[in-house]
Amino acid sequence: MLNHMSYLSLALYAACFICYARVLYVPNLWLGRLATLLMAGGILFHYFALLDRSQGTHTIPYDDLYGSMSLFAWLLGVTYLGLEILHRQRSVGAFVSLLLVVWMALLGVLAPHTIPAPPRAQGPLFALHIALNTWAYSAFALSFVLSLVYLMQDRILRSHHAGTAFWRFPALDVLDRMSRSSVFVGLAALAVGVTSGFIWAHRLTGSYPWSDPKVVVTMVILVVYIGYLVLSRTVRWRGSRAALVCAVNFAVVLFSYTFVNWYFTRFHRFF
Amino acid sequence: MGTASKPKSSPAGAGPVHSGTRIQIALIGCSHRTAPVELRERVAFTAEQAVEAARELRRQGILEEAVVLSTCNRSELYGVRSDAGSEITEAMEEFLTTFHGISRAELEGRTYRWLDTDAVRHLFRVASGLDSMLLGEAEILGQLRTAYGQALEHGATGPVLNRAFQGALEVGKRVRAETEVGARPMSVAFAGVKLAERVFGNLKGRSALIVGAGAVAEQVIEHLRNRGIGSLRVVNRSHDRATELAARMGGEAVAWESLEQVLGAPDIIVTSVANAGPVLTRAMLERALAVRGGRPIFVVDLGVPRNVAPEAAGLYNFYLYNVDDLGEIVEQNKRAREAEIPRAEALVTEHIAKFHSWRAALEAGSVVDDLRGRFREQREALLRERLAGMQNVSPEERERLAAITEELVERLLEEPAQKIRQGGTMRGRLGAIDAVRHLFGLDTSKAKGSGSEDSE
Repeated sequence: MLNHMSYLSLALYAACFICYARVLYVPNLWLGRLATLLMAGGILFHYFALLDRSQGTHTIPYDDLYGSMSLFAWLLGVTYLGLEILHRQRSVGAFVSLLLVVWMALLGVLAPHTIPAPPRAQGPLFALHIALNTWAYSAFALSFVLSLVYLMQDRILRSHHAGTAFWRFPALDVLDRMSRSSVFVGLAALAVGVTSGFIWAHRLTGSYPWSDPKVVVTMVILVVYIGYLVLSRTVRWRGSRAALVCAVNFAVVLFSYTFVNWYFTRFHRFF
Repeated sequence: MGTASKPKSSPAGAGPVHSGTRIQIALIGCSHRTAPVELRERVAFTAEQAVEAARELRRQGILEEAVVLSTCNRSELYGVRSDAGSEITEAMEEFLTTFHGISRAELEGRTYRWLDTDAVRHLFRVASGLDSMLLGEAEILGQLRTAYGQALEHGATGPVLNRAFQGALEVGKRVRAETEVGARPMSVAFAGVKLAERVFGNLKGRSALIVGAGAVAEQVIEHLRNRGIGSLRVVNRSHDRATELAARMGGEAVAWESLEQVLGAPDIIVTSVANAGPVLTRAMLERALAVRGGRPIFVVDLGVPRNVAPEAAGLYNFYLYNVDDLGEIVEQNKRAREAEIPRAEALVTEHIAKFHSWRAALEAGSVVDDLRGRFREQREALLRERLAGMQNVSPEERERLAAITEELVERLLEEPAQKIRQGGTMRGRLGAIDAVRHLFGLDTSKAKGSGSEDSE
């Protein structure tokens, strides 16, 4: 049941990628709407897959790589869909849906699909901490995609070789605003997520885990993304340089999400 | 271009779809393809004239429904009449010449006439911008909407033209939304503005500086104004010319000497100055960018020799396009638009099929009603004749006989009515309608050819 739902969502993400990519080259209002609908369908089935898993483990999926990465992808889809509706801008959909397809396909290959044994009960504050931090990472992933598109669009504008898709991409200003709002969402989620994590840890152990590598790297993430927001409004960095910073920042997020979890942290080694 | 005497092939390869149907859609017009501007301006209609012409066409019994479409590139009369043949376009042309007080000889070979499918196809192609001078231009759809709205408001349209024009507006929208036919800029001025949109998104509230007051710069200003540009400044060596242009375009004239002082304010700069060397140097633009806090500047350099120092192109957050860059983009766009014609034509064909399907249903209802009328007439005549000599038939029995024969008529009609309404393809239904009209003598006029007559 779990796998069926996940594969169904993967199929819908793949279908919406085809539609979004097609709309980039051949404008079609209905195909664009279908792409959005397929994305929403993928998110819905993905939710049921996560729900099924959560019911098995009695918590949100964080304790195993598959569940955690699946939650990440789901939140990425949700955040993107929100931005698409807010900015009425579908042209980034092809890139986001491609990322979702690759992400989910990798999950299918790399991670076991079996539901792990339920972890120790940690309470709702812990669940909030996990969910918000994962949401923050998803929002940063989205800003990464938007920054890449910005850099591509900037390069095309400078080269004077406008292809078909060039006219369909959002304007640099729109990409900049979308990326910044995505980072804002990420920072807000991360700030609340980290705070709730500290409170939870303090209640449990009576101290704050400042020295944990995961916490240190998370603080670095906060700093580099705040740095991006500041730099993106300065004379020398505004524009493509800021977009580059935002794209590079995501490397820190990936590092935190993978290597730090696997090898360095004590508190955050869940899988 | 020949006269409108012999049928020619239909536009975009459309063949005749049917003949002998009751509803005839006709079109007569002249456009940039068939007539020079000197003639087009003589057969153009003002908004008031269009209303009056549509009213007159109906009042004189030439048409039952009428819409007059008149733009700078075309004047067209669209009409509908039942039981009419190709002579309807003759009457329409006669009306056109009389209305504008010009002789038939002057229009000889300068007009085109279309009937039925060809008329609808022409209308749909016009709405899609496929018949426009500038392929895919958007203005025609608005002009078509206005012409139709005006005719509708004055009661000049009926179900057929309503359906045809609503279909045209729909296909026009779809062609622009689903193909590249109208998507990309086709003039240097418009290309510059569209590229600025790639940087700034919506230009509403943005600021622009026009350096020089050439004709293309004026076109750029027009496009910027249409996009709701917030503030506009004009700098020119001749301050009078700058003042005149600024006043006309709703901007502000700035003295030539103050050029560098105002350079930091605008998001978009358009230059078109006749000058031996660059008017805007890299150093000037660097300072302007610093004043702006690094916010991007988009520059369209229309000057030859170039007005902006080429080395400025390397500045950060500075986007520079010269005439050649824009010209190349326009060429690319032309090719892209032309490549989309088959897709646009396919959409037109799809909507024509929808229109004919609707019309077949309308005509099916009409032919069944006519058939019922004919059967009832014969039934009543027969009853009258046969019962006249039967004195012993009581009034109650006469009523029963009438009811039984009425029921017989309805039963006889039931199956053919169903087959005409629902049977087979649209083409098949139209064929069945013609056959019924012919077999039962419902056809009051001779069969009409639906081939097109074109004077192009």
